[in-house]
Amino acid sequence: MSMPTPTSGVIHDIGYRHYDGERRGRSYILRSLYIDSLKGAYGLGRSARSKVMPMILFAVMCLPAGVIVTITAVTNGDELFGDYPSYVLNLQLVVLIFIASQAPATVSRDLRFRVMSLYLSRPLERVDYVIAKFAAMASALFVLTAAPLTIMFGGALVVGLPITEQIPDYLRAMAGAVLISLMLGGIGLVIAAITPRRGFAVAAIITVLLVLAGVQGILQEIAGAESLDIAPYLGLLSPFTLVLGVQSALLGAASPLPSPPGATGALVFTVAALLIVAGSYAILQLRYRSVSVS
Amino acid sequence: MGVNQLPHRRTDARLLLLYFVVTGSLIVTEGLTKRFGPVTAVSDLTVNIGSGVVGLIGANGAGKSTLIKILLGLLPVTKGRATVLGLDVASEGTAIRARVGYMPEHDCLPPDVSATDFVVHMARMCGLPMTAARERTADILRHVGLYEERYRPIGGYSTGMRQRVKLAQALVHDPQLAFLDEPTNGLDPAGRDDMLGLIARINSDFGISVLVTSHLLGELERVCDHIVVIDAGALLRASSTADVTAISQVVVVEVDQPADVLATLLQAAGLTARVVGPLVEVELRDDSAYDVVRDTVVRAGLGLIRMERRRHRMAEIFATAGSAQ
Repeated sequence: MSMPTPTSGVIHDIGYRHYDGERRGRSYILRSLYIDSLKGAYGLGRSARSKVMPMILFAVMCLPAGVIVTITAVTNGDELFGDYPSYVLNLQLVVLIFIASQAPATVSRDLRFRVMSLYLSRPLERVDYVIAKFAAMASALFVLTAAPLTIMFGGALVVGLPITEQIPDYLRAMAGAVLISLMLGGIGLVIAAITPRRGFAVAAIITVLLVLAGVQGILQEIAGAESLDIAPYLGLLSPFTLVLGVQSALLGAASPLPSPPGATGALVFTVAALLIVAGSYAILQLRYRSVSVS
Repeated sequence: MGVNQLPHRRTDARLLLLYFVVTGSLIVTEGLTKRFGPVTAVSDLTVNIGSGVVGLIGANGAGKSTLIKILLGLLPVTKGRATVLGLDVASEGTAIRARVGYMPEHDCLPPDVSATDFVVHMARMCGLPMTAARERTADILRHVGLYEERYRPIGGYSTGMRQRVKLAQALVHDPQLAFLDEPTNGLDPAGRDDMLGLIARINSDFGISVLVTSHLLGELERVCDHIVVIDAGALLRASSTADVTAISQVVVVEVDQPADVLATLLQAAGLTARVVGPLVEVELRDDSAYDVVRDTVVRAGLGLIRMERRRHRMAEIFATAGSAQ
């Protein structure tokens, strides 16, 4: 467009101008929806009130990482005061509140306020809508979980800890962050997409994930006390411990839980994680096939 | 507006495009039928809609919204076919949706974003690059009459402002054709006038053809060049607005005596008159009817309280059209 930007405050009625510029295709539209949804998960481009919750949670998530780095620096320790692989598990409540508050904002909003009819009446494919929203939600979670790990990693290097000792665990934890983001994103979106009322969706997501974590914790205690054979597999019950299992069995990270034994354990945990991701993606696609314009 | 003479079945897309270019028909339907289970929403509809502002009129549940969804390529048809801008609704829905704008009847705006952010987002969803999306959004919001408030979250908007945002998102990508579903719904009389004025401008100033629906004929006759009336999904009438309103004109007369006295006198003078409460409705065949009414009232020594032209209501249009078939 060749019109210069007006510098004065006067509004000139220059009449309607037709648009004969570029109209981009399917991949641009998908990418735009992804970017806008990812920003939206942190309240960017939304009202001031929408920014409060995600920003606070992001700060809370990163704070312990900063503390760990600070203590390591002050005490001149020769290793980090906390470890990478179980960081996200220890702060699972923060991640859980984030997904519970932002999954509804990502998809329930469009259903509840019938924004879907505007999306569907545009050259945007239903399939692409789901892909963009899923990717955006998982990315938002990845930003939340990867940021503190990276702060710890960066801090460790600044403090002068040997990089070769830091990298393996950092990378294992980052792989775990990718997996937990995909799993929680999928589970959260599925619940939010079938619960258009925001309040119900928030409650449903918190309940499901908390119950899973609670049941997992209790059974783990019992199995641990009785030293049952099934103990290592109880991690499958909650997304957070499931990721911990993949990290330790497949990637060889240290774990506060009994590690799943050998190749079988690694296989079971990895397949379970991938099934959750693929399953929730499939359910979402199925759900949006039946969303109508009105 | 006649029954179109498209070659039947599996028509070559290029033929359709040629047809579109030659005739200027924007929307063509042929025996279009849509059933939801036992309910027939659109029934054997054959209509040919040209450019300009076209009103689609029907009572609630007449199938207006269903027809629009079919034309957007979002609902599979049960029978028949339809093209929009020469594109087949069954196979080229995406291409149609890139070229038309749609303003739904119901509320469809998220409360937590500003009008500017929302319309920019929706422009991007049509494939406009960011810079163009921003420029077009600023332009179109100004055209629909949203100024300072466009930076505030939509949740705090009045109905009138929401309708403007809905209209803006339908026009932001500069479509060739806009579907406006009941755009005056929920507006007060002043808001209604503004919206109708805007709709007229969309065609005259913006050069965008409009298909606008309403259940009120009186409302659309002001802005439409053509009127398509449907009832129970079937075509009742498709003609120019002038034709529709001409046959639907009546003059309402009120005098200071009981209405039946006047009605009898007018009938004796050769007019078709009937009593409606305290008023007498006189069918206006031509302008001489005014003179007859005036003369009759004066001759009988009645006090004339008012005399005004009135359009027939939808129900009467349906009755006339129904009996004519």
